[in-house]
Amino acid sequence: MVSLNPVRILRNEAEEERAETARLSSFVGAIAVGDLVKSTLGPKGMDKILVAHGRSAGQVEITNDGATILKAIGVDNPAAKILVDMSRVQDDEVGDGTTSVTVLAAELLREAEKLIEQKIHPQIIIAGWRRATQIALASLEKASVDNSGDPEKFHEDLLNIARTTLSSKILSQNKEYFANLAVEAVVRLKGSGDLSAIQVIKKLGGCMEDSFLDDGFLLDKKPGLHQPKRIEKARILIANTPMDTDKIKVFGSRVRVDAVSKIAELELAEKEKMKDKVNKIVNHNINVFINRQLIYNYPEQLFADAGVMAIEHADFAGIERLALVTGGEIVSTFDHPEMVKLGHCDLVEEVMIGEDTLLRFGGVPLGEACTVVIRGATQQILDEAERSLHDALCVLAATVRETRTVYGGGCSEMLMANAINDEAARTPGKEAVAMEAFSRALRQLPTAIADNAGYDSAQLVSELRAAHSKGDHTTGLDMEQGVVGCMKDLGITESFVVKRQVLLSASEAAEMILRVDNIIKAAPRRRGPDNRPC
Amino acid sequence: MSALPGNLAFDEYGRPFIILRDQDKEKRLTGTDALKSHIMAGRTIATTLRSSLGPKGLDKMMVSSDGDVTVTNDGATILKLMDVDHEIAKLMVQLSQSQDDEIGDGTTGVVVMAGALLEQAETLLDKGIHPIRIADGFEMAAQCAIKRLEQIADHFPIDLNNLEPLIQTAMTTLGSKIVNKCHRQMAEIAVNAVMAVADLEKRDVNFELIKLEGKVGGRLEDTMLVRGVIVDKDFSHPQMPKELKDVKLAILTCPFEPPKPKTKHKLDVTSVEDYHALRKYEQEKFSEMVQQVKDTGATLAICQWGFDDEANHLLLQRNLPAVRWVGGPEIELIAIATGGRIVPRFEEISADKLGYAGRVKELQFGTTKERMLVIEECRNSKAVTIFIRGGNKMIVEEAKRSLHDALCVIRNLVKDDRVVYGGGAAEIACSIAVAEEANKISSLEQYAFRAFAEALEAVPLALAENSGLSPIETLSEVRSRQVKENNPALGVDCMLKGTCDMKEQHVIETLHSKKQQLVLASQLVKMILKIDDIRSANESEGY
Repeated sequence: MVSLNPVRILRNEAEEERAETARLSSFVGAIAVGDLVKSTLGPKGMDKILVAHGRSAGQVEITNDGATILKAIGVDNPAAKILVDMSRVQDDEVGDGTTSVTVLAAELLREAEKLIEQKIHPQIIIAGWRRATQIALASLEKASVDNSGDPEKFHEDLLNIARTTLSSKILSQNKEYFANLAVEAVVRLKGSGDLSAIQVIKKLGGCMEDSFLDDGFLLDKKPGLHQPKRIEKARILIANTPMDTDKIKVFGSRVRVDAVSKIAELELAEKEKMKDKVNKIVNHNINVFINRQLIYNYPEQLFADAGVMAIEHADFAGIERLALVTGGEIVSTFDHPEMVKLGHCDLVEEVMIGEDTLLRFGGVPLGEACTVVIRGATQQILDEAERSLHDALCVLAATVRETRTVYGGGCSEMLMANAINDEAARTPGKEAVAMEAFSRALRQLPTAIADNAGYDSAQLVSELRAAHSKGDHTTGLDMEQGVVGCMKDLGITESFVVKRQVLLSASEAAEMILRVDNIIKAAPRRRGPDNRPC
Repeated sequence: MSALPGNLAFDEYGRPFIILRDQDKEKRLTGTDALKSHIMAGRTIATTLRSSLGPKGLDKMMVSSDGDVTVTNDGATILKLMDVDHEIAKLMVQLSQSQDDEIGDGTTGVVVMAGALLEQAETLLDKGIHPIRIADGFEMAAQCAIKRLEQIADHFPIDLNNLEPLIQTAMTTLGSKIVNKCHRQMAEIAVNAVMAVADLEKRDVNFELIKLEGKVGGRLEDTMLVRGVIVDKDFSHPQMPKELKDVKLAILTCPFEPPKPKTKHKLDVTSVEDYHALRKYEQEKFSEMVQQVKDTGATLAICQWGFDDEANHLLLQRNLPAVRWVGGPEIELIAIATGGRIVPRFEEISADKLGYAGRVKELQFGTTKERMLVIEECRNSKAVTIFIRGGNKMIVEEAKRSLHDALCVIRNLVKDDRVVYGGGAAEIACSIAVAEEANKISSLEQYAFRAFAEALEAVPLALAENSGLSPIETLSEVRSRQVKENNPALGVDCMLKGTCDMKEQHVIETLHSKKQQLVLASQLVKMILKIDDIRSANESEGY
């Protein structure tokens, strides 16, 4: 009979997963992602090798940064995708804590799985979690220290934060050095928090201690031939203008001539035009000219004749930064020299770093920008060092904006977990179970830190918990010694903003995944065979 | 053999009669089989949505054909993203779509209702009642239910000085969504947004004036209502000032480029003189254009197109900040908000066509270099933008959808201030009325009436089930109390607040929305019941 045929509602290949199956698949996916990055957590966390596929197949990247790892692995599981997205946002927002946020969200879901097994409704778990998040946030805020009133102490705070952030990265062996470097760079910004003013240049060779902070500005470019290599009291014109052949912009124009001689004439006119332009530029009374676009040989020669240093092809970010540093404006027309603001600096010279020559702009009026040069033995080390430094800079910039700090080393997690537990004990109803689960998930973070360092996590975490219950609210894990210690004395400090964002993002994402009871997948789009040569 | 429709007819020699072309290749269902199969499909869709109903309903995770993930609770969105193939299932999708277009809320409810009606229709078919009689009965019952709805409808006062009741209503709508973390704040944003653009005289709200803009990052609590316009653009030159006050805007839809005639043309450069002339013309044109804008007294140029590096610098030099590549709808919104005119040609620009805004500033986010422009304190303060922040992309998208629903509900209240009570209260009241009416009917339709009454109970049943209550017990209690106390505001206590009176809980739905739900659901069921033959080309290989 026809009516016995199954009725197919969805398109062929589209799938629907319901209730328990759906939950299982999202839990499994999220937990797998959490476990993947868990081993990179903490000062003794391990790194991962990522081998690229596709266009840049075979390229190797070694990293410890959660966001970088998650960005590189192609996940298919929808719940895992939510976690990856969340860690990316964490990276964009505060720059650090990308691993912690993923691990916390995954641990929350692991606890949720157990509660679901006990037949507790997801909505009740969510209600409990929300209360737990509120309590955790309140206790975190209470525990935070604000030293912004005391510049010396605040500077010490910044150094501590930088050290803590760097301790889990490749730079940990030179963390003292790099912490100073990062703090100095951020302090130079004078609270503006605009990280684009800090330029990071990577140069292969040397060792990591050879990295340095230059208070001037370095540009990875060379001046043209026969032009001065060293200029004192430089007057700089920063431009974005075509210096090849100035094309006619009127639409539909083209050159049509009836004799070869006319071509020659036109060519001459073109040359004349370029010469005019160069003259106009030189008339600005400058001795350095930096252009974003190409400079052809002819104008280059003209500049050399005028004794002007001309630099071509400075990329857009470089131009913007230069404008920022030297106080000039980016110019595209040259008819009114009196209206153009020129940039100034004391000295432009060529410096050698390793085997490469760079241009150094020393004595810039706005000391806000600076350049960090990173040296290292391999490209991978350089890349990872840059990422680590970027993390540290982001956290420091965030701390300058929001000056409160909390203690690291699992201290604040344990503090929050204990506060939630206390409240759960006083809460009647099923929500209390969910709150306890939340605090268990928070305790997983110090556990992972201890596990990664190869210590007895059960012992350490229980000691930590006992210390906090006694009212010792600065106790944390000392991973150098493998004991429980006072974080205040050890100087392990983290930014309040980062911790808060970790807590909020993780609970938001976990809640979102938990609310799902049905996964409906559309049929994958059919793609034509890939015929491109690769 | 030949009597069975859908099969081939044979003559006495066993040769088939081919009546329709490719008859043997077509799939065909007729009579009760077709009906049953349709009802099956409709019910499957309804069961999928059922668990999303109500404040404690759960979400669905949708994976698109390109692998993008959407997590949502909104019935219309779920169905839109579901890769549905079945014809009747497609009808259900359209049903929720039309509820979404018309009302904007109750998209899940209407599908659950239709599913319940189909389920009842199946039992009636088994009893041997003709589908048309069932359909007619449903139609009459729907009329009866609507009459009852109008009887129990309350007036809902809309007062600009007291927005509290409206906020309560918005909170009800948002209750079932993920944004209920900052419930009150979102509700206030929605109410204020609608009230800012509402025309209380004409009882109309122009939705074009409310824009929802989302940006990943921050947290939901950072969501805000901007009384102005937000554009996802930045100033064209990095050195233009980041904040402007008392701005006069020139809104241009012409590029800062030498003019292009529309007709095809060629310009030949044949001599050196031509070349020089052209060069001069070009330079003059640029400064002329900037001058024309400057002459009108404008202090900000908003341009739909891009401009050349040269023009860009000229603008900076003449102290005229500019924004380029602003999209069409955004340009219109800016024009409405600032009261300016869109100028399509430089020649037509004049001082009276400029718009005015009190403040224009650039916002910067996080560690990445992302910027947005906020245009505030406009001449026509009616245009508002809701700017949503959230931990990840899915949350921002879901918050956008939820707020849209809330906006729709408030708009409907402004349009028509009659309300009924939610939480299944209205459905139960209708169900009682329809059941009573059923006994007075002497014809076959009595059965359809009773079935309709039972189908109405599906919504409160699903609500109770999703809230973790025991459904039948709760329903029978509420039902008996409604009859005893004669109070149509009694419903299912989903939030476990301890009272069944929806008036106290502020669970309100607009009469218009409820009516629309009933009408749409019963119309769809009527249509499905009328189909008795379905033929579809047999699908491609493999089936």
